[in-house]
Amino acid sequence: MDVTLPILILSIPLFMFLFLGLLGMKMTHKLAGVLGTLGMGTVLLLSYYTAYLYFFSGAPEFVNAAGERLQYMVFDQTWLQFTDSLAIKIGFFLDPISAMMLVVITTISFMVHLYSLGYMRDHHGVYEHGFQRFYAFLSLFSFSMLGLVVASNIFQMYIFWELVGASSYLLIGFYYIKPSAVSASKKAFIVTRFADLGFLIGILILSYYTGTFNFTELTSVPVDGLANVSQVDINTAIGVRSIFENSAAPTFMGASVLTWALVLIFMGGMGKSAMLPLHIWLPDAMEGPTPVSALIHAATMVVAGVYLVARLFPLYLMENSALVIITVVGAITAFYAAMVACTQIDIKRVLAFSTISQIAFMMVSLGVARPEIHEGLGYMASMFHLFTHAMFKALLFLGAGALIHAIGSNDYTAMHGLRKHMPITHITFLIGCLAIAGIIPFSGFFSKDEILSSCMGYDWVAYLWMSMVAGLTAFYMFRLYFLIFWWKEHKVPEGHHAPHDQPWTMSLPLIILAAISCVAGFIPFGELVSWNGHPYDFMEHFNWNVATVSLIIAVVGIAMAAVMYRKENKLPEKFKNAVPALWDWCYHRFYWDELYMFITHRIIFGCICRPLAWFDRHIIDGTMDSFAVITNKASDAIKPLQSGQIQMYVWYYLIGVLALGAITVVCLI
Amino acid sequence: MESVGSIILYFIVALSMIVFSVMAVTTRKILRAATYLLFTLFAAAVVYFMLDYEFLGAVQIAVYAGGIVVLFVFAILLTSRPGDNTERLTSRSRVLGGIAAVATLCVAGYALVSRCAVAFAQKPEMDTPDMQTIGSTLMGTGAGQYLLPFEAVSVLLLACIIGGVVIARKR
Amino acid sequence: MEITAIYYLLPALFMFCCGVYGFITRKNMIAMLISLELMLNAVDINFVVFNRFLFPEQLEGMFFTLFAIAIAAAETALAIAIIINIFRAVRNIDVRSLNEMKF
Repeated sequence: MDVTLPILILSIPLFMFLFLGLLGMKMTHKLAGVLGTLGMGTVLLLSYYTAYLYFFSGAPEFVNAAGERLQYMVFDQTWLQFTDSLAIKIGFFLDPISAMMLVVITTISFMVHLYSLGYMRDHHGVYEHGFQRFYAFLSLFSFSMLGLVVASNIFQMYIFWELVGASSYLLIGFYYIKPSAVSASKKAFIVTRFADLGFLIGILILSYYTGTFNFTELTSVPVDGLANVSQVDINTAIGVRSIFENSAAPTFMGASVLTWALVLIFMGGMGKSAMLPLHIWLPDAMEGPTPVSALIHAATMVVAGVYLVARLFPLYLMENSALVIITVVGAITAFYAAMVACTQIDIKRVLAFSTISQIAFMMVSLGVARPEIHEGLGYMASMFHLFTHAMFKALLFLGAGALIHAIGSNDYTAMHGLRKHMPITHITFLIGCLAIAGIIPFSGFFSKDEILSSCMGYDWVAYLWMSMVAGLTAFYMFRLYFLIFWWKEHKVPEGHHAPHDQPWTMSLPLIILAAISCVAGFIPFGELVSWNGHPYDFMEHFNWNVATVSLIIAVVGIAMAAVMYRKENKLPEKFKNAVPALWDWCYHRFYWDELYMFITHRIIFGCICRPLAWFDRHIIDGTMDSFAVITNKASDAIKPLQSGQIQMYVWYYLIGVLALGAITVVCLI
Repeated sequence: MESVGSIILYFIVALSMIVFSVMAVTTRKILRAATYLLFTLFAAAVVYFMLDYEFLGAVQIAVYAGGIVVLFVFAILLTSRPGDNTERLTSRSRVLGGIAAVATLCVAGYALVSRCAVAFAQKPEMDTPDMQTIGSTLMGTGAGQYLLPFEAVSVLLLACIIGGVVIARKR
Repeated sequence: MEITAIYYLLPALFMFCCGVYGFITRKNMIAMLISLELMLNAVDINFVVFNRFLFPEQLEGMFFTLFAIAIAAAETALAIAIIINIFRAVRNIDVRSLNEMKF
């Protein structure tokens, strides 16, 4: 495979970032936006072509004789050589999931670029302040995310991981004059940074004990013999295995090195993917512009954690406890986020919690994936759900953006009854809701059903739990849908235009994404992505019982939402008053933010930082200050010696000389 | 044993040296101070003569009395009006000066008396150095001869002339 | 009575002390310069006396004095040039008015 293609895929967004960032202010808003969009369009075509080559060309470097998909290193340059065996490389790594992610990222990114042309301007067509900066940051993000997914080793991944964090920070804080946006961006940055600390430690532990960063070696499975790995790599991989499988491997606090490394790496994924204790940044990140939420905080960056676990999945397979942790964290998060989403009134917050819940689905799916259960169906289901979720969640966010743009508020209490005014938005939003709720034949049905199937194969408790969450998903999405588009007639405030559909730049992405959401479920994903590259027909594992049950659950959820919210009535109010405590807890997101505030402000700041600050200010600084004060006082005291009177200088000099002379006379004579 | 005349001369010289130097630093009229300085310098010249360094005495009179004191007088006349008295000294500066002078006198005097009173009691015989010796010593380059310092002093004087002109020039 | 070295050195020392006193107490810069000349002369006398009494066959002390006289002349000329310049600038030559160079 030619090297120019991947290099172009990475360098065009980087170039656009530098170009728009440095020269953006010199050009008109429109030109900057169009250039950014065209650049992204080029990357889109190149990525599609790359993915096409990888999946369908059948070239021997991509597919072996047995039809297994191979890992292919397009290029891999040594960047920093630490020791003979340990080096950081920069490369471009193609395997089923990175090829899939190329498609997802560039599709969503292009849609968002296009959509922002319409979104980032007001009703009079005036572009927002910082429009060029916005496109520059979008390009930076696209570059970082593409670099992340094609990373050839875990350290390169970490670098791009931080880069996406930085661009996310920049974009959340895009409206930097809004204090809430500023604090949200800081929150996102600090929380993910805290998680990335775990990630880094995990990387260091892993590389210290295995002597390699490379995914090829870390994830090749020598037992099953992926033929593309060279003999050296196989040896290294066997070495990796034997280190970890060796019972004499060092342990720390009762857990083996591998467990620690994998759990810490998963902690990085938890931060990025907003898993439960570290989820608090994502709802606040909705302060950014809506297209940014669609791109970064729904479709691409937040699934980086899932991608990370999937990338290292063969390693995780060696350590059952890490996978159990992933499953438990994912399951709790999924339920928690779904509960919270049922009560929020900010449309973007609902979608944010929905995102958290869906990402947790993917995590659970990875956590329950085992080679012996449906040939590792969970892995494929997770990736499939990542793909479909990216499409319909981006669709929902962009639809929400269209609504917000038309109404001018995030609050859906201002939005009721919009179905007649905004038909395109209505239909596409409905498709998105149906997809996420899991109604056949929309894409979410298939991916979610496979997740539930693999849960079923793993453990029936997990299956029941996740089915319940799926029902909740259907309920809260349709609650949102009905409250926005039905409930009661829309009242146009005096002196305002009636809300209407948006220009083609905004509608076209909606339509495209809606179309993808309709048909994506029929993609034979099992042929393309599986944990060991071995293709299989997932219809063999398609459990019609599970499908029927989940369909029924989804329909029940939708029906409940319809009963409660289709027409204006007192039912929601009654329900709220029936379980006030539960409602309160959900509404306040189970007081996680308050808990964090308590821990950081009361415990950490109050009990640790304040005494330390006192010690620093009074003891350390006091010592230093007193040195300064003594010096100052002393010099003040002897300052008059330098009076400017030359005769006094002579006098002092003479007295000194005489003292020396007297000493000489007394002692020597 | 010295001749009576030279003893008398010595006392006159020593006395005038002491008296005139005291007066030079205590008189309140600046022009008089310059004059007393002149007398002190003369006394020093006489000391050189008594010690048989006649050339040095002549130089002392020519350069100091003829050059420097005249320079002083010009400077005084340029910078002060006639009848100008220096103001009275404050007691503080008088005490400070007195302390310094007396302390110097004590320390150096004690050292002198305790060492030199006994040593070199005898004044050795010496011929007055003649002009030829002095000239060849100044111009020679051998050991104990001073061509290099002589040239250095000539450069110094040249620099001094230029510097004096530049500094005192009216701008 | 033998006039020994001490007889010459003590008046010179007294002269030096007068110079010290004058240099410290005088306010007029020319008067200070006069005191300086007194000190210089006292030192010159010392050189000569030690030369005469200790090494009468050599001329080091005498020549040192000779050069000191030359340098004193140069120094005095330069100092007076500076004093006249200061006088032009501040219309007096009181050393107390020249105390800018202090803390």
